[in-house]
Amino acid sequence: MLNVTGKKYIYLTIAAILVGSSLAAITTWGFKPGIDFTGGTMWQISIPGSPSADIVAQTVSSIKGFEDAKVTAQDNGASYMIRFKETDENGHNTLKAELASKFPGFQELSYQSIGPSVSAELKKNSYTAIVLVLLGISLYIAFAFRQVSRPVSSWTYGFITLVSLFHDVAVPAGLLSVLGHLKGVEIDTNFIVALLVVMGFSVHDTIVVFDRIRENLILDRGRHTFAETINRSVTQTLARSINTSLTLVFVLVALYFAGPASLKYFMLTLLVGTITGIYSSVFVASPLLHLAEGSKKSPVKK
Amino acid sequence: MILLAAIVAGFFVSPVGFGGKVRPWKLGLDLIGGAHLTYNVDLSQVPDADRNLVVNGLRDVIERRVNNFGVAEPQVYSAQAQGQTQLVVELAGVKDIGAAIAQIGETPFLEFKEVQGEGTSTQYLPTDLNGRFIKSAQVSFANSGVGGPQVSIVFNDEGAKKFEELTARNINKPLAIFLDGQLIEAPTVQEKITGGSAVITGRFSLNEARTLAERFNAGALPAPITLVNQQTISPALGADSLHKAIVAGLAGTLIVMIFMIFYYGWFGAVASAALLIYIIFSLAIFKLVPVTMTLAGVAGFILTIGMAVDANILIFERIKEEKQRGLTKTSSVEEGFRRAWNSIRDSNTSTIITALILYYFTSSFVRGFALTLLLGVLVSLFSAITTTRLFLQVTEKIENNA
Repeated sequence: MLNVTGKKYIYLTIAAILVGSSLAAITTWGFKPGIDFTGGTMWQISIPGSPSADIVAQTVSSIKGFEDAKVTAQDNGASYMIRFKETDENGHNTLKAELASKFPGFQELSYQSIGPSVSAELKKNSYTAIVLVLLGISLYIAFAFRQVSRPVSSWTYGFITLVSLFHDVAVPAGLLSVLGHLKGVEIDTNFIVALLVVMGFSVHDTIVVFDRIRENLILDRGRHTFAETINRSVTQTLARSINTSLTLVFVLVALYFAGPASLKYFMLTLLVGTITGIYSSVFVASPLLHLAEGSKKSPVKK
Repeated sequence: MILLAAIVAGFFVSPVGFGGKVRPWKLGLDLIGGAHLTYNVDLSQVPDADRNLVVNGLRDVIERRVNNFGVAEPQVYSAQAQGQTQLVVELAGVKDIGAAIAQIGETPFLEFKEVQGEGTSTQYLPTDLNGRFIKSAQVSFANSGVGGPQVSIVFNDEGAKKFEELTARNINKPLAIFLDGQLIEAPTVQEKITGGSAVITGRFSLNEARTLAERFNAGALPAPITLVNQQTISPALGADSLHKAIVAGLAGTLIVMIFMIFYYGWFGAVASAALLIYIIFSLAIFKLVPVTMTLAGVAGFILTIGMAVDANILIFERIKEEKQRGLTKTSSVEEGFRRAWNSIRDSNTSTIITALILYYFTSSFVRGFALTLLLGVLVSLFSAITTTRLFLQVTEKIENNA
């Protein structure tokens, strides 16, 4: 039998370090907002012969109005991602004409230009969705745990579910902050969506474990200590907690490696969130539950 | 039954042959290539009461223009964002996006022409009266509401003079009205019209009158449009994305199936079969609704493949436990299904909540993701429970009879 309550401080310390360093990364470096949130233009092109990103960058930034363009090569020069501030259709046409004359065979793969009003709207919608998902999930948790009140109150279950949810979201967010700092990876609306989906998944696993604890508590009627019940429940549900997430991990790994490039970081966020979700449902939620009981245990019970 | 339905559904979803003919897939423009354009409409010069009319007029004009590009199903719709009225234009599979953008951005051009001759020899002679001289157009009713709907136009001072001359020359003759070079109406002039306000009567239905008024207003163009958001994707990139997503989806499905069979043996094989049926059924539902499959939508669906077996895992683990408690095989399967239901329902609810909120509070691309995720979770609840249970019951019967 797993002894998650006995080693709870080790497990919780690992979680605290993960979350702590993620938060540290986010507060020091923040995120690199993509054009979804700042407005601007993302232009994906391909050039036969794959010249280096520097050469492409020189050409683009020599055109008037695009001095600040940033060019990154993708898939070893199979395509280039060029980012610059938002421009109108005339600017777009100038660019196309200039590049076509410099690089014969040049092709436009995609072009996305977002004006400031649209990015403000996207930002606002993201906040609304975050708040609503948090609210919806909290209400749902309160509903799911309305019947358990021994030996810790039902709102404690709910609160701990939220703590492990925070853990699952903080780690991938921290990773993206680090990637933004090191590799210039930007966050976009997809990133927000990924975090919200991770929230939904995270609650899954925690609920499966807590459900079992709830069931065992009713069956036991006090024959075992709370710690024993927790450990037994975690052991019983271990395979399903891991397996349900694992099947998702398989699919995410496939999408990350074989899927389209534009979804790469979306998948990475989901992947990391799902994996931390496995850890948190076993090694964070249950130990915390024990901790919560310990803090209010009366001496008579011992 | 389910098997038969699955086979039929399988033919239905296949892009080639039968399924492709009856109802082809609706692919988003990020998969077939195309342009998604958002225009801000500046309504500051338009009185509140006329705003709907003006926006609808603009939409109509743009729609007629994009139809000329041979786009399969152009979508033009108005939207509100941050108190700003917008027009969204979606052109799937358009080849020369640059030309399309250039045309859409042009001011709609309304002009009046004199008519000479009749039938095949009809000639339209240009005049110097055009949309710029129109102040506004409205739907009204003849004889204070007793008569049918009519369209009243008000010209500005200069326009009034031109209109007066034009009508004086053409009494009892039709006067043709062109929008972007297309004839939209040719009312007959009954008398010389002075004072700059004209009424076009006819056997209009209310809708026809409204459309005409909208077109006059669009021609007057009191509301300039500016392109604020543009997303174009080349067909090559779209096809590449789709191809990669499908490969990833197949690889993911295969890994999940291998894992299930490896870990749960015979049960896992049953779950794998149920997973395949789930995939076919969901695709059939997407096609029937129909859901426009965007790249995000495809990704959302592939995610649900990883989640669809979750319910099976919860059930199988329960069955294992029931067996350990000493129940017979048959009753432990029954118990496993019965007692796992609570967890299955609970654990899917949070994803359903997330998907619903994402669907209502995000823009089109995320929407596709939320929709397929939501539908996928719902269908998987059905397939994991019904299909798997059925399979297990059937195989058990075969075992018992043997």
